[in-house]
Amino acid sequence: MSRELFKFKGGIHPPGHKAESTGRPIHPAPLPKKLVIPLRQHIGNPARPIVDVGERVLKGQLIAAADGAISTAVHASSSGIVSAIGPARVPHISGLPDECITIETDGRDEWIAHGPLDYQAMTRADLLAHLRDMGLAGLGGAVFPSAVKLDPGAAQTCPTLIINGGECEPWITCDDMLMRTQADAILQGVAIMRHLLGSSEILIGIEDNKPEAIAAMQAATAKTDFAVETVSLPTRYPGGGAKQMIETLTGKQVPSGKLSTDIGIQVFNVGTAYALARAVHHGEPLISRLVTVTGHVLRAQNVEALIGTPFDTLIQLAGDRDGTTGVLMGGPMMGLPIPDTSVPVVKATNCILVESAELFPPPPKALPCIRCTRCADACPAELQPQELFRFAKSDDFGRAQEYHLFDCIECGCCSYVCPSHIPLVDFYRYAKSEIWARERDKRAADLARERHEFRLFRQEREKTEKAEKLAAKAQAKRAELAAAPTEAGNSGTSEADAKKALIAAALARAQAKKTETTPQNTDNLSPDTQQEIAEIETRRAKIRALARKPLESEETP
Amino acid sequence: MPSPFIIDRSSVTQIMAWVLAALLPGITAYVWLFGPGILVTLTLASVTALAAEAAMLKARGYPAKPFLADLSAIVTAWLLALSLPSLAPWWLIITGTLFAIVVAKHLYGGLGQNIFNPAMVGYAVLIVSFPVQMTQWAGPLELTLVEPGAVQLSLAQSAAVIFGGDLPKATLDAITMATPLDVLRTGLYQQLTVDETMTQAIFGHYGGVGFEWLAAAFLLGGLLLWALRIISWQVPLAFLAGIWLTAGFLHFFDAGRFGAPWFHLFSPSVMLCAFFIATDPVSGATTPRGKLIFGLGAGFLTIVIRTWGGFPDGVAFAILLMNLCVPLIDQYTQPRVYGEAIVKRDDGTRKEPRT
Amino acid sequence: MLTAILVMVGIAVVTGLVLGWSAIRFKVEGNPLAEKIDAILPQTQCGQCGFPGCRPYAEAIAKGEADINQCPPGGEEGVKKLADLLGVEPKSLDETHGTSKPKSVAFIDEQTCIGCTLCIQACPVDAIAGAAKQMHTIIAAECTGCELCLPPCPVDCISMVPIAEDLPHWKWKHPVIEIKPVELKRVA
Repeated sequence: MSRELFKFKGGIHPPGHKAESTGRPIHPAPLPKKLVIPLRQHIGNPARPIVDVGERVLKGQLIAAADGAISTAVHASSSGIVSAIGPARVPHISGLPDECITIETDGRDEWIAHGPLDYQAMTRADLLAHLRDMGLAGLGGAVFPSAVKLDPGAAQTCPTLIINGGECEPWITCDDMLMRTQADAILQGVAIMRHLLGSSEILIGIEDNKPEAIAAMQAATAKTDFAVETVSLPTRYPGGGAKQMIETLTGKQVPSGKLSTDIGIQVFNVGTAYALARAVHHGEPLISRLVTVTGHVLRAQNVEALIGTPFDTLIQLAGDRDGTTGVLMGGPMMGLPIPDTSVPVVKATNCILVESAELFPPPPKALPCIRCTRCADACPAELQPQELFRFAKSDDFGRAQEYHLFDCIECGCCSYVCPSHIPLVDFYRYAKSEIWARERDKRAADLARERHEFRLFRQEREKTEKAEKLAAKAQAKRAELAAAPTEAGNSGTSEADAKKALIAAALARAQAKKTETTPQNTDNLSPDTQQEIAEIETRRAKIRALARKPLESEETP
Repeated sequence: MPSPFIIDRSSVTQIMAWVLAALLPGITAYVWLFGPGILVTLTLASVTALAAEAAMLKARGYPAKPFLADLSAIVTAWLLALSLPSLAPWWLIITGTLFAIVVAKHLYGGLGQNIFNPAMVGYAVLIVSFPVQMTQWAGPLELTLVEPGAVQLSLAQSAAVIFGGDLPKATLDAITMATPLDVLRTGLYQQLTVDETMTQAIFGHYGGVGFEWLAAAFLLGGLLLWALRIISWQVPLAFLAGIWLTAGFLHFFDAGRFGAPWFHLFSPSVMLCAFFIATDPVSGATTPRGKLIFGLGAGFLTIVIRTWGGFPDGVAFAILLMNLCVPLIDQYTQPRVYGEAIVKRDDGTRKEPRT
Repeated sequence: MLTAILVMVGIAVVTGLVLGWSAIRFKVEGNPLAEKIDAILPQTQCGQCGFPGCRPYAEAIAKGEADINQCPPGGEEGVKKLADLLGVEPKSLDETHGTSKPKSVAFIDEQTCIGCTLCIQACPVDAIAGAAKQMHTIIAAECTGCELCLPPCPVDCISMVPIAEDLPHWKWKHPVIEIKPVELKRVA
């Protein structure tokens, strides 16, 4: 290995459990009867539906368009009828529903017209807009819209492009299997990335516990017409984290609160590169992905699953077993428990990990923190987790932020090594979401204050405007009256006279109005009707009197 | 129960058990060099500590089992017992242990909450309250056995001394003696130079006869803890460096009045403190630089108190004083986090490349 | 003697000048304390505190004319923040001004609304859209949940709907570490 590597701080060596799911070939998942496709599968604004209930859609058809700058499109994974657009269960720890488009599949799996794209003939803006409509998002787990990341922006180029094949999380093997089987296609995607970003240095980082993937990628890179280096990295969790991989490969750290592009580096997952190649060279939008189904199942394996396929279908395919204690989306370090397994596979679903009491025994009861700082030694973000824990536990969010809470990548190393078995990451997640909620409340309060102040200002302005208008009207009237007597030859223009005249004029106006607005419906009535009206009036008066009485008696008992 | 769903096998109990195991070389040397009396002290302190811990947990409404099983009370008891004179009377041991567990640990909130090292609180209370009894050290067998009227106390006899003080005065006088630090201090009072005092029989190669081997045994156990990564290198190294530098500085200027740095380093209390007491995570500093400052400060204060203070040994007070400074030290030594204010080198790298 | 007097006078003059200069240089516009208090208040503008809005209440607290525990929407947490700011002991919320409720927004039943504009006039943050004899509706994003629109409505068509938790607003809960089962049982 020629390249000199650098070492990121911290990290752990959990058991890999990769072999369980790499022994079997990639299996295509069956076409389910119903596909539930969430509109919020990526970071940013949820996609905006552009189909109606009852409409027939084809495989690969755009069903929800990207909305806003940071967003990406959503497509039908198979042909069928749109049966519902609305809240449905999505894979989230809360079990809360979110907006989804449900498609009843017709089993024909009929593609929409699609074909390769001559991307080199397109302008950068056109190509990026096209990729946005292809629904591409980072498949490493963060699901950030890829079109945004592929836009080098003002810098015009991004010198270093890193393709992340680290896959440091235990149990997960979907990237490993993809590299073994689709190395050439991945490099086709890399070529498109290189074209868009203008990168001069391209590195593919793979942890050395995946020798087959490294060999496959090395063989493929030998055939490319541009320089790519496949680098074998020492296996250490979380070496596949973007920031950690950047440091291992380049020795540079992404400045706190900035993006890797600020130091001229962009990182993409191998799965994203593959999806990009499919989108450009085959015109296929992101409607399926590799999912590792492993853990407490009979046949742990990787499956090619359509977005929207229920977890249950994939678990049954892998062979569900008795004694299942839970299901995770993702690996055991950063994955989230999914309370309901009928939820669909989304773009972020890299792994479905079925738990059992033997594989994942519940942790022992937590003891108090003894400040042993093993967490600090293991923290790849070089934080002081024991201090963050203290602040988060006591809701001291200001101090937690001072101690760089938001630099935490929630990798779980601290919880893994904690001898007191404290769920440290949960405390950081809690603190982060509390801080976000508070910021939201603060913004709402600021908006309310602004609107209230504007209302007070508006009321004041309306008052002065009204007063001014009245004054102007009075002035005009006075001038008019002052002019009239002069015409009549009267020279008495004293203030008192003017006022008198004004009042007289107003009285005259009021008189005229009164005669004008005399009620019309009581005129010209027959005597019978008039009689009736009079009776009703007397009844009303009686009722009024009755109604008043008990009130008075109540007041003076 | 969110992620992570796998954990390392380490536990508080395991850490504490390793600390106890690492004390065994020291205890073995103690028995070999000073007689089996220490075993009685250790047992009595352990029983008292467990009883006090259980009672306090019950009083505070905590479950007794997980907290008794964490062995932290035993660690406190052993560290206190090893700091006490080996023939200290039973009530002294019980008082010290009770104070350590009840006041220094549980009244501050129990495991993980105490700001002072419990064993050192117990020791400090005893030496302030009962200075005379705290000097009843059994002398090294190498020296006492040659004294007229001296016998090597068996385990039962040691227990009898500890529980009843039941020994002829002459025998007791023959088998107990002042520690090297006391002798040095007395010598200085008598206007003797350090070199003149050091000619006395109790002094060995570097420290006191026997005492220096005990110190070496504690060092061995300490290195085991470091090898297992249960303690970090910063605290012991900084503490020993603090001792060595301060003592060396004084010795350099006036070798007649100040003991040699090696003499100080090879006193058992220094080695015990460096690897087992100053490294207590709960009451110590947590940041890497903070640990260095904590250790250096404790070493410096130990020599200062030994030299100018009213008590023969300064380890306990040095640790307690540094415990007080921990929040301040931690606050001002927060390490740089990932990506924060990167130190610019020519190529933007920060760390040495792996080769 | 003379020297001493001159020195004293000199010092007095110099310090006086410095004070006078800093009074102009560091002059603070408005009432900074009231600003800080106002920043803590939730800006519901509900008037439950007895003042016509959050700002007047903030000014009253700054002047010492009102207590810190009169703001139910701010809740106990708001009281605690005010206590921290003012360096006084936190107290429990004054029940006479109302109790803390879950955050809600107003909802107009558009079938019943007669378009009388009374609620529009009552809304402190102009969060109701509509015109005379036109149906009204609440701009939910701008509604503070102050309930001031409820009493003027002649047909009682406005109700308060608690804000349901949805995915973008979902929060991680404070983790429960069971280290005191004895205590927990006692509470249960």
